Amino acid sequence: MSWDMITKLPGGGFYIGKEGGFLNAIVGSVYIVGASTLLGLIISIPVVFYLNVYLKKDSKLAYASRLAYDVLFGIPSIVYGAFGFALMIHLGLRASLLGGIIVVILLIIPIFIRSMDEAARQFPRDILETAYSLGVTRLETIKVVLRQIAPGIATATLLSVGRAIGDAAGVMFTAGYTDSIPTSLSQPAATLPLAVFFQMSSPVKEVQERAYTAALVLTLIVLVISLAGRFITNRFSKNKLQ
Amino acid sequence: MKNMLSVALGSTWSSANPVGREKKFFRPDHKFLREADGPGIDVQTLNVYIKEHHILKNVNLALPGKQITYIIGPSGCGKSTLLKTMNRLTDLVEGARVEGKIMLGSEDIVGSGESVIDLRRKVGLVSQKPSPLPMSIFENIAYGCRIHGIRNKRKLTMVVNHYLEAVGLWEEVKDRLHAPATRLSIGQQQRLCLARSLAVEPQFILADEATSALDPLSSKNVEELFVKLKRDYSIVMVTHTLQQAQRIADHVVFMYLGEVVEFGSAQQVFQHPQHELTQRYLSGAFS
Repeated sequence: MSWDMITKLPGGGFYIGKEGGFLNAIVGSVYIVGASTLLGLIISIPVVFYLNVYLKKDSKLAYASRLAYDVLFGIPSIVYGAFGFALMIHLGLRASLLGGIIVVILLIIPIFIRSMDEAARQFPRDILETAYSLGVTRLETIKVVLRQIAPGIATATLLSVGRAIGDAAGVMFTAGYTDSIPTSLSQPAATLPLAVFFQMSSPVKEVQERAYTAALVLTLIVLVISLAGRFITNRFSKNKLQ
Repeated sequence: MKNMLSVALGSTWSSANPVGREKKFFRPDHKFLREADGPGIDVQTLNVYIKEHHILKNVNLALPGKQITYIIGPSGCGKSTLLKTMNRLTDLVEGARVEGKIMLGSEDIVGSGESVIDLRRKVGLVSQKPSPLPMSIFENIAYGCRIHGIRNKRKLTMVVNHYLEAVGLWEEVKDRLHAPATRLSIGQQQRLCLARSLAVEPQFILADEATSALDPLSSKNVEELFVKLKRDYSIVMVTHTLQQAQRIADHVVFMYLGEVVEFGSAQQVFQHPQHELTQRYLSGAFS
């Protein structure tokens, strides 16, 4: 184990045990996870808001979409990968950062929506009534709703990041793998789980060691995110009603 | 504090005010100015159904302005539904159907003429359980004002301080305005909710058992507050504690099973109830 492993790109002869590191995979994972989490949040919050504030309690649409998200939640990521791959062939795209981001978004949206929805369903209805009685429109209640379910959003984000960063099957066909850091959305990107996978299957001892280091880095990233998440959740739940 | 109140609530918002340069808190199209004795609420043949249940039956009431009207009656008699109808919160109840008219001045609350948003602003509601929003004390009051168009930070601060003072909460919370509202005691929370309702400048205040969750002392505070507010607002309250109604009501409505049994001045209803049901209810024969 050395600093080179996490600060350098793969050099010549990397896969037969020569020098270099897997910075490409770290950066690739951060790109994919960061972008998909952000976009996933932007997509899911309005969905959860609509499900809980706009639709009635016994709405068939709400029931059907919750069921759909439950099913999507349980689908293995290789299926998302295959779906993304088929989609990319259809659109004529190559394995790229964009492809990886799209598949990871599809993968984490059900997680986002289901876990935020859990928080939103426990939202006390009388808070909404209070807001309405002040002459607030349905759309304007979003501020109140967001404040109340903020801890739920933080938890959902943690779960999603955890799943997104550890996912190998979904990005294998769609983001591909490369030894360099992608500079545009159309270039392929390496990811940490795949870095573990490829190096682990090598017969060379040095390469295998790097696989273990990559696994450790992956674990540490998840740990740091969890700790940060806890800190943020505590901050956000300050105003929450019990 | 009386002085502050009249400045805050009355039309005398003038150059004597050190901070505000504008005469009104809100948008210039702000229609109502408080008249000598404001308009009342006129309920005409109101029927409310929730699914198949006929909750309010043929209610006719002319609630006077700038006075405290108490609605009393046993549980399930439709008191709360009546209040909610006045604020159009029945819109949110699934399967609710409202027929008849509720005239607020010349505007019909039930008909679609008035936008619900403007209406709800004119008719503030304080609920039974204190319901602080999941925000800081300051934000709780600022929330409604912001939505109704106050963006200026200084003005917002002024409005918030004003209404906190109006409900007698300022001294208690001035050092922790940015603490979560949930950390206040129940009594303080209820006064905060009242301040929040007042801050959007309603004409009417509807209070649904506003003191029932409070301890006797806070309950007394809130009660006294209502008596003071009567000068500027028309207040309609629902209660289960007859003593309170006897202390501060100007008018009393007695309801039973969705119908208005008796309506009159407090003195008349309490001292000389006309209807047998009212007599029995007041004497505690049922509740």
